[in-house]
Amino acid sequence: MRRLAHEVLPPLAGIVGLIVVWAVVAATTSSASIPSPLAVWDALIDGLRDGTIQEAAIKTLVRLAFSFVVAVLLGTGLGVLLALNEFARRAIRPLIVALQITPFVAWVPLAVVWFGVSERAVVFVTIVGSFPAMALATLQAIRQVPPLYERAGRTLGARGWTLYRRIVVPAALPGVMAGLQQAWGFAWKALMAGELIVVAAGATGLGHLLAGQEHDVTALLATLAVIVAIGVAVDYVVFGQLDRRIRARRGLLPDA
Amino acid sequence: MSDATTTLTPPAREAGVPKLSVDGLTVERSLANGERIVAARDVSFDIAAGEFVCLLGPSGCGKTSILNVLAGLDRPSAGRALLDGSPIEGPGPDRAVLFQDPALFPWLSVRANVELALELIGVDGSERGDRARDALASVGLSDVLDAQPHELSAGMRQRAALARALACEPSVVLGDEPFGVLDAQTRELLQNEVQRAWMGSGGRTTFLFISHNVREAVLLADRVLVMSARPGRLLEEFRIHAPRPRDLDDVLVGRVVSEIHALMLRDLDGSDA
Repeated sequence: MRRLAHEVLPPLAGIVGLIVVWAVVAATTSSASIPSPLAVWDALIDGLRDGTIQEAAIKTLVRLAFSFVVAVLLGTGLGVLLALNEFARRAIRPLIVALQITPFVAWVPLAVVWFGVSERAVVFVTIVGSFPAMALATLQAIRQVPPLYERAGRTLGARGWTLYRRIVVPAALPGVMAGLQQAWGFAWKALMAGELIVVAAGATGLGHLLAGQEHDVTALLATLAVIVAIGVAVDYVVFGQLDRRIRARRGLLPDA
Repeated sequence: MSDATTTLTPPAREAGVPKLSVDGLTVERSLANGERIVAARDVSFDIAAGEFVCLLGPSGCGKTSILNVLAGLDRPSAGRALLDGSPIEGPGPDRAVLFQDPALFPWLSVRANVELALELIGVDGSERGDRARDALASVGLSDVLDAQPHELSAGMRQRAALARALACEPSVVLGDEPFGVLDAQTRELLQNEVQRAWMGSGGRTTFLFISHNVREAVLLADRVLVMSARPGRLLEEFRIHAPRPRDLDDVLVGRVVSEIHALMLRDLDGSDA
């Protein structure tokens, strides 16, 4: 209970503080472009009641899940390949680093040229925006496995694929998890950018919803709140907790 | 009553094919700055099956390099390393290695660490659980089967590593100063554990430990091979006949310890001059 208070209280205080500041600013400026928290809350409830938010969120999450899975498979596979083969590493790693540094939004025009104003263009941008982080994190995680584990594994009779599967991969898992969390962040950002810019006729999604709310700041903020909430929830609840559990099991948490 | 005597180098060759054999072995190591140093030079010795030998020498004399060659983890620059008369090509579960770090896998429980080792040598799934439990019980770890390695003390971790090594019933156990970082009491307990394991194997298991600790070497070994400072070569061989289990208070043990100490100091003096 005390631990819960210790963990939940500070972030909660931060959120409440933010809302208070927002309410004060909204009340003092009384401008149409800064609606009060309460008005945004009402807009959010409206959006949930008529189902537009759920519909958009589900569409977005399906798109995200597909892109993320592809990016993770691609990134992990590439990371493992680069860890195994020095030539491939020296040839391909700089290209992935270049891709990682390039802002994913820069891919949007090309995606539209290649795939048209379509679902596929959005998915393309999301994958390109997130797989480099996964590939680089996987590569780094494998290369940072302490040589001792590999040596110990070999003296125990593990070699080749078995050595990789039973020793190297589990040893690299915390680093791979960090990559997963990072790739998720990139995928989420890239997807929102893609949805916001590439609006096909009849398409739904949180980004598309934002794009159609330019003249309704209250609804726009309500959608934004949903985007923030989903991002934080997945990052903290899914990846944060998974990462904690993996680290705690290995004694890698400072307070464990 | 046995007695402790000294024989001079070169070591007497045992009859038959030695379990482990090192012949004119020279090992070089690369430093981080790319420079290459000779860790051990032209070292030759044989170890008979079932023998307990300690390779003793000051830090940096190349004893770990020699052990790594015998483990199959490193290749020699010159000379040969043989197991049962055949060249050592790589590591294998017939030669268990106890590293300075227990090298337990942190993502597995203590029990699962031992089970993985058994799995890797092809023990059936149904048998692994019992054998792992027995191996851990024999080193007094029955209470912490399901603990994670990081939850154990340093001594318990090294015990678990010993259990993991012995569970696979290797024909050779190579120890790379496995008790080097432990406190004196824990080290003594583990030395007794190793003595018991070796005596319990009834001559089936050959032990080669390296150490820079003279008392540990004399306590554990049938034969102590003393190496010079770097580049290491063999200085002298001591055959220890004191009865087992041995005790550091034993007069004979004490006498050999001082003799070896004196020899090592003379060597260090000489190499500094």
